[in-house]
Amino acid sequence: MLEVRSLAVKYGAIQALHDVSLKVEKGEIVTLIGSNGAGKTTTLRTISGLIRPAAGSIVYEGKDITRLAPHEIVKLGLAQSPEGRGVFPQMTVEENLSLGAYTRSDHAQIAKDREHALSLFPRLRERLTQLAGTLSGGEQQMLAMARALLAKPKLLLLDEPSLGLAPQIVQTIFKIIRDINAEGTTILLVEQNAHMALKVAHRAYVLEVGRITMQGDAKELAASDDVRKAYLGGH
Amino acid sequence: MPTHVLVARAALPFLVSLLLALLLHFGVARFLDDYDRGLVMSVGINIMLAVSLTMVNGFTGQFSIGHAGFLGVGGYVAGAVTYATSLKLYGDLETRGSMLSGTSLNVDPATLSWFGQGDLLFVASLLAGGCAAALIGYVVGLPSLRLRGDYLAIVTLGFGEIVRVLIQRTDKTAALQAWDRVHPGVPAPEGVSRVFAIENSVLDPATGLSQTTYTAVSDANWFEIAPRVGGSLGFSAVPDYTSIFWVVLFAGVTIAVASRIKRSTFGRAFLSIREDEIASEAMGVDTVRYKVRAFVIAAFFAGLAGGLFAHFKSMNPNEIGFARSFDIVIMVVLGGLGSISGASIAAIIVTLLPEWLRGLDQYRMIIWALALILMMIFRPQGLLGVREIWDKALWQGLVRFIKREKSSPKAGGGA
Repeated sequence: MLEVRSLAVKYGAIQALHDVSLKVEKGEIVTLIGSNGAGKTTTLRTISGLIRPAAGSIVYEGKDITRLAPHEIVKLGLAQSPEGRGVFPQMTVEENLSLGAYTRSDHAQIAKDREHALSLFPRLRERLTQLAGTLSGGEQQMLAMARALLAKPKLLLLDEPSLGLAPQIVQTIFKIIRDINAEGTTILLVEQNAHMALKVAHRAYVLEVGRITMQGDAKELAASDDVRKAYLGGH
Repeated sequence: MPTHVLVARAALPFLVSLLLALLLHFGVARFLDDYDRGLVMSVGINIMLAVSLTMVNGFTGQFSIGHAGFLGVGGYVAGAVTYATSLKLYGDLETRGSMLSGTSLNVDPATLSWFGQGDLLFVASLLAGGCAAALIGYVVGLPSLRLRGDYLAIVTLGFGEIVRVLIQRTDKTAALQAWDRVHPGVPAPEGVSRVFAIENSVLDPATGLSQTTYTAVSDANWFEIAPRVGGSLGFSAVPDYTSIFWVVLFAGVTIAVASRIKRSTFGRAFLSIREDEIASEAMGVDTVRYKVRAFVIAAFFAGLAGGLFAHFKSMNPNEIGFARSFDIVIMVVLGGLGSISGASIAAIIVTLLPEWLRGLDQYRMIIWALALILMMIFRPQGLLGVREIWDKALWQGLVRFIKREKSSPKAGGGA
């Protein structure tokens, strides 16, 4: 479904990504794990067109999207829930959600999808008229995910959904990620919380200082000594 | 919702503007003297400028500080259209409007009907001014709105100055001249002693002296007359068609359009750019295109305001300079970035307060500056913040604030 080939990204003289290649098949949850500054967010932002790569290509459903503008990529069914949640703080929850469906015009279907998204995140229903900036961290994360879902993506890019959240909320969020996937949405999940990410994902890539160092089945990676030592705090 | 309800809902604000305009024009204006009527028109024009800039600085969160440039483009284009057309068509600069429009001093108001040919010319010139400003807005906006923040401010500042300097370099307007100065040696026809003429200065290469000749307006073509907008002397030759009716009507339309935009999908895209440009792009909003759209719409309404101004007061290069741009920015910030009603209220205050303080003479600008500083310290989000005067949440907030004050009198004024 998505194939990233030999991606290189530079911020001025600093090279953030070297030769990153990864693949996401239809129906999968693929996670990209790695520590701070490894280039996870850069990878996601390059895929969604927010950053221009220096080299390499991104192919989505057989179409080269490397040079497309972000809004064109969203129209193809690739939605992102940005890092730091990126909700619009001075807008209500309701308005945030309608911006999620921004590229669509099928009002009846949008209304249905909105209902569905609210049933996944019942907390948001209670807060529809509240300004998004006044929500708690977990609620903002839920809003960001619900908003991305309203774009009716075929491929959902999630950037650090667990960032800064209480463990219990993290559990809820990951359960919902699994539910969304079970309904047929393919997910590329970027996470620092390797433990949780490897639990829900089918396959995983490990990113270290801008390079993919390990890849494979999520369960196998979770069991491997290198990953356990580096990311799972295991011995 | 059925279509006719939607149409009615869309048309309602425009009907209300029309009624209000008629009411003020025929009702209230009767009890005002010329000075107060002028103030009402200044307020209306400033509301148009503040609300249009709100769409750029408030909705999309860009920082444009050259808005007076669009006022200038619209004003000079609209003024030039009316001025040159009046001279070519009628041979003079009298108004030929209806009782809805402003009139020249030597036209008897009692003779006016509900429709005047001049009204058409006036409205057409306003639209021409608005469209010219919008076009320039597009040309300026397309490259500069790819830049963010400070860069845009610098570009718009430069744009405003370019407009001012270009206008300063234009020629004098046509003026009444004696027949024998314009047509030396030709006997004057019966009853004609003076004609409108444009002055040309030509340097004689043989003597090195400049010679002044005159071309009668009737001999010049439209495009020779139109660009003569007065240069640094100002452009006072435009017939004074602007009246309370037109100003209130157009201010109402500006507010109605802006608030329709704010509540539409289109407007939510504008607001999302202000909130978080990257998240907005990630939602699929083509942010550059939307910023350009906001800029063009704002330029159009500023151009309309310019047209009204040109047919009301004398256009002048100093009127459209940096100071004027900054006045408009102050209105937008004072009202609350993104609040249409806030910007309108601020436009009223910013226009009237310095007038009321006129009695204090040289201290007035000091008091004015102090008031602004205090305002920014105690209410940095502006009068209404992002809310509108018709938002329920604003009043609920106020009620909560008053209740809290009552229950704990020593709580202080922390809002």
